[in-house]
Amino acid sequence: NSGTKIHGNRCDGGIKCLKQASNATTTFLCSAAQPLSPPSSVLRNEDLKEMLESNKESLKLEAMKRVVGLIAKGKNASELFPAVVKNVASKNIELKKLVYVYLVRYAEEQQDLALLSISTFQRALKEPNQFIRASALRVLSSIRVPIIVPIMMLAIKEAAADMSPYVRKTSAHAIQKLYSLDPDQKEQLIEVIEKLLKDKSTLVAGSVVVAFEEVCPDRIDLIHKNYRKLCNLLVDVEEWGQVVIISMLTRYARTQFTSPWKEGASFEENNEKAFYASDSEEKSERTEAEAYVMDPDHRLLLRNTKPLLQSRNTAVVMSVAQLYWHLAPRHEVNLVTKSLVRLLRSHREVQYIVLQNIATMSIQRKGMFEPYMKSFYVRSTDATHIKTLKLEILTNLANEANISTILREFQTYVKSQDKAFAAATIQAIGRCATNISEVTDTCLNGLVLLLSNRDETVVAESVVVIKKLLQTQPTQHSEIIKHMAKLFDNITVSMARASILWLMGEYCDRVPKIAPDVLRKMAKSFTAEEDIVKLQTVNLAAKLYLTNSKQTKLLTQYILNLGKYDQSYDIRDRTRFIRQLIVPNEKSGALNKYARRILLAPKPAPVLESAFKDRDRYQLGTLSHSLNSKASGYQELSDWPAVAPDQSVRNVEVVEPVQEWAPSVGKTKKLKSDDKFYSDNEEEKAEEESESSEGSSSSSSSSSGGGKMVADVYSRASFQVTAPSFGPVKTYELLHHMTGKGLSAKYHFPRQPCLHQPGMVAVQVTLSNGSDRSLEEIHVGDRSPASLNIHCFNTIERLEPEASVTVSMGIDFSDSTQAANFQLCTKEDGFSVSIQPAVGELLMPSSLSEQDFSREQGEKKILQAPLVQLQAKCALLLCVFNIRR
Amino acid sequence: MIHSLFLINHSGDIFLEKHWKSVISRSVCDYFFEAKEKAAEPENVAPVLQTPHHYLITIYRGKLFFLSVVQTEAPPLFVIEFLHRVADIFQDYFGECSESVIKDNVVTVYELLEEMLDNGFPLATESNVLKEMIRPPTILRSVVNTLTGTWSNVGDTLPTGQLSNIPWRRAGVKYTNNEAYFDVIEEIDAIVDKSGTTVCAEIQGVIEACVRLTGMPDLTLSFMNPRLLDDVSFHPCVRFKRWESERALSFIPPDGNFTLMNYHVSSQNLVALPVYVKQSISFFDSGPCGRLDITVGPKQTMGKTVEALMVTIHMPKAVLSANLTATQGSYTYDLATKVLVWDIGKLNPQKLPNLKGSLSLQAGAPKPEDNPSLNIDLKIQQMAISGLKVSRLEMFGEKYKPFKGVKYLTKAGKFQVRT
Repeated sequence: NSGTKIHGNRCDGGIKCLKQASNATTTFLCSAAQPLSPPSSVLRNEDLKEMLESNKESLKLEAMKRVVGLIAKGKNASELFPAVVKNVASKNIELKKLVYVYLVRYAEEQQDLALLSISTFQRALKEPNQFIRASALRVLSSIRVPIIVPIMMLAIKEAAADMSPYVRKTSAHAIQKLYSLDPDQKEQLIEVIEKLLKDKSTLVAGSVVVAFEEVCPDRIDLIHKNYRKLCNLLVDVEEWGQVVIISMLTRYARTQFTSPWKEGASFEENNEKAFYASDSEEKSERTEAEAYVMDPDHRLLLRNTKPLLQSRNTAVVMSVAQLYWHLAPRHEVNLVTKSLVRLLRSHREVQYIVLQNIATMSIQRKGMFEPYMKSFYVRSTDATHIKTLKLEILTNLANEANISTILREFQTYVKSQDKAFAAATIQAIGRCATNISEVTDTCLNGLVLLLSNRDETVVAESVVVIKKLLQTQPTQHSEIIKHMAKLFDNITVSMARASILWLMGEYCDRVPKIAPDVLRKMAKSFTAEEDIVKLQTVNLAAKLYLTNSKQTKLLTQYILNLGKYDQSYDIRDRTRFIRQLIVPNEKSGALNKYARRILLAPKPAPVLESAFKDRDRYQLGTLSHSLNSKASGYQELSDWPAVAPDQSVRNVEVVEPVQEWAPSVGKTKKLKSDDKFYSDNEEEKAEEESESSEGSSSSSSSSSGGGKMVADVYSRASFQVTAPSFGPVKTYELLHHMTGKGLSAKYHFPRQPCLHQPGMVAVQVTLSNGSDRSLEEIHVGDRSPASLNIHCFNTIERLEPEASVTVSMGIDFSDSTQAANFQLCTKEDGFSVSIQPAVGELLMPSSLSEQDFSREQGEKKILQAPLVQLQAKCALLLCVFNIRR
Repeated sequence: MIHSLFLINHSGDIFLEKHWKSVISRSVCDYFFEAKEKAAEPENVAPVLQTPHHYLITIYRGKLFFLSVVQTEAPPLFVIEFLHRVADIFQDYFGECSESVIKDNVVTVYELLEEMLDNGFPLATESNVLKEMIRPPTILRSVVNTLTGTWSNVGDTLPTGQLSNIPWRRAGVKYTNNEAYFDVIEEIDAIVDKSGTTVCAEIQGVIEACVRLTGMPDLTLSFMNPRLLDDVSFHPCVRFKRWESERALSFIPPDGNFTLMNYHVSSQNLVALPVYVKQSISFFDSGPCGRLDITVGPKQTMGKTVEALMVTIHMPKAVLSANLTATQGSYTYDLATKVLVWDIGKLNPQKLPNLKGSLSLQAGAPKPEDNPSLNIDLKIQQMAISGLKVSRLEMFGEKYKPFKGVKYLTKAGKFQVRT
């Protein structure tokens, strides 16, 4: 072993020498296994080792870069493990990162040595810097060494409770890694998932749903409480997270809501064109009028996903499209059409997937894509698989009205240089001809013309398609059959020859003179034919024997004899069977009598249908749909339940500062008439909310200045709690800009529990600067009465001209309608303002069960209003107004 | 989701592999090579392939195959979109996305791939965030690197963008010259039939932005005629609510180059084509030859000049050579690929360019069934064919006055004339 010798000579220490020698041997063996890598790589790796063990940072870095280069090329660098792992605690960030790359790649192979690095990561998990904590967890969880499972579990649990959402996100990723390493940890991991699902950060949402889908996709119960939050967060989640969340929510919705598709769906199909012309807004209003009332949560999902159709990420658009397809009422699905068609301009691969999905959709819903028919016209520069998909869609879209346009288009395609595509077009013409009876004859004539085409494949394909068409209406077409018999000699494609033979046999009574002649020719060339042609020859012979035995008896026997000694056992079998069936002898018995009825039975015409016909059993947009076979890990989309499961499971408990405050209010069961009102109001409020938050973020320099504030996450989440507080939000003037020297203020009661103190009423004040200079230091000054308890907003450092900001305050009105007076101050001025609450604003809604209600009533805590009793009668849950304290 | 990535060049060598979970042998690519063998052109390889244990999802871009291995159900578009994003990032970092460039920067590429996915799920795909973590190579740095070997690829500050609610913008941006440029680029997709009637025509528009502004600017871009835009998609920075209510684009921009918006003006609106083509290509039954005569003329150009006009024709296999004369520009005929390219340049409305002459066919070969179709390329500066106009750009949140500019350009997209 020369390699060993060379390295041995280089070494000085005995033990080291031995160790290196053995290392070198393994390398040598490895490289021998890869004939491409030169044996000098052994030497090179030796240099790398020296460089890694040197004291110079730059040398180490250089070595690591080369090592990573080796990994990237797929070359083995595992023997460097001990030298590399030493650098795991390096101060140099780049070096450290490269070591991580190496470690993750080889730890599985060198488990014992990998353990040396664990303590470094454990230490890093305690670092104050969140990025270091996160990256330590990332690497620790990527080391696939079973022995550290408990350590990983502990780290994940800690990270899931971390202050930083970024670290929590990392922990969600780590969950999947640990699960794939050790599925026995499932139960504990589900607990962590449950906890993370409650997380309100947009950063975490996507990742934890991925973990959920991987570890426990069947635990749909974990989603209930988080459903509304996920819907509301969706717009702000990063694009990749949106895809998985939408896909998961689709599955969820199919188990929780009743079908929005009415029984008379077919009726609706017919009216599709009318729907199309109308505006989309109108459509959604129609739902309200129908007897079916959509669960507001169902509506929430549809409404919150709709803006995502405008995403630049094609995967997001596709996932929204499939959500609408699977969940939306029929007439609303059309919303997604435009966006899907837009995706067709994207990369070729994107086109391929989108076209596949459109193909499936267009079978069931022609009307959806019909107005966009021209977007599916084929260009000569398209890739073949794109062309065939477009053809498929055009065929699906064909109807009486547009068939002439489509056929004209097909005529161009038939002439295409891409012969496979031309053949596919002929198939498509055949399908149009069978589906639309008006054009059958036109198509047939066109196809017959193609029989004189110079291209073999085109002719063959035409024959096959004509055969199928003739079967549907054989009576009038003996001319065509004769024509085809004449062509027979020139056609060499076996499928086409077989088709003509079959036609001859099937309709031999129509061509009584030609058929025996064709059989004669076949008898001559029988041995040289393909199997499929031979089988049809035998068939033809049998049929002619039964109808015209005088002329063909000898020919048939000759062919049967040839068949008997054929090489293919299929043909030998068939020959034996036919002979027994048609030639009467002592043994054949009863079957013989029925030979005619068996062979010449009327046969049903083949149905020409789309290859995408049954693809809709898979959820659109999935890998399984694309492959048309179930991919591993595919989650079935369940059918709609006949009766919706309990809706109240999605109600969320308020995060309340004080327990006594009131039992929370979820969505109470509403009367039908409320429905529209409710949803309108909700939309209005949501808009207002985001509007105001955007305004504030763009003007206040202290906030991080995002267009979509994380801060409004809370308000959105808690917003559900107060959902029953419908009614338009009334805004009052606090300070007019004329009196306020440019500063104007308006306020409204958000009717949400006040966060600052339970006794306070929440007030939202919108401050705007109407002057042409910026205002500084806006704050709350003196108040009267002096004892007035106000939770002020933080001083606003600077308000630019035209800008406005919304702040929230808490005011304790002490259950009286007495005005709260205070001063609104800027740097220079102070303005006295007052807020006088209406009685209603001092009350807060709460829900009680009937029992609680009567108990409380006994204790005379509740104001007995007639309204309350009225509601008690109509609703299961009572919505009563409980005076505070 | 995404298990591994293999980069494969045109001739079928795997030159880079990266695994985000355990290692998958590169032999899995054999299934792909088999499919590639069957498909004549690399474009024709199906993007999604099934093997006994894995699923292969491939994109073909810049003569490279990005092959990803997926083990369980995952939305194929998710993977495809991500792979294109990877290619975009390479393009952004190295100026091009080719084998040699990736091989030269293999360490940076590897660091990028490491950051972009965690356990197969995308982690950071915003170029602004990535650039804070991993610095793109520059000439200065590569010089310093070779001299001292100390300058690191990896940023020493930890990225904050990822944590903020505007992950697309990095913090602490500073420029001495503050400028914001917007390019409105429209492409015409059209099919014109033999007789010159438009079969279908639509416009694909994109607004490319190059924004170099200090601090946290909040921009509002409004249009003269926003009603044209009924089918749009946005960069995540655009506030959708504002678009819905005011039809203006309000956003805090990423730093540097990005695509602000894509839009589509569909074939239902009438699209005016800027040029017309008169052509006749015919092959004779007698004798191995054919004749070709093409004239291009202006149609609706709104007074602007049509530039970079080019006609490309994929000839039938039987065409051996072309003997033509062009009144303007020059033509080439590639014998191997059978592609005839006529590069015209500027279109002169007074003297219409014409290409005329004979084609010689392979002796003995049958006359081609069909006539080839013509692909047209053109450019018109300072015009958006849909008529879209930017009315103004306002900036909030910062004090300085930025330099602003808007450019319009119309190009031919998939503009095809059937013969």
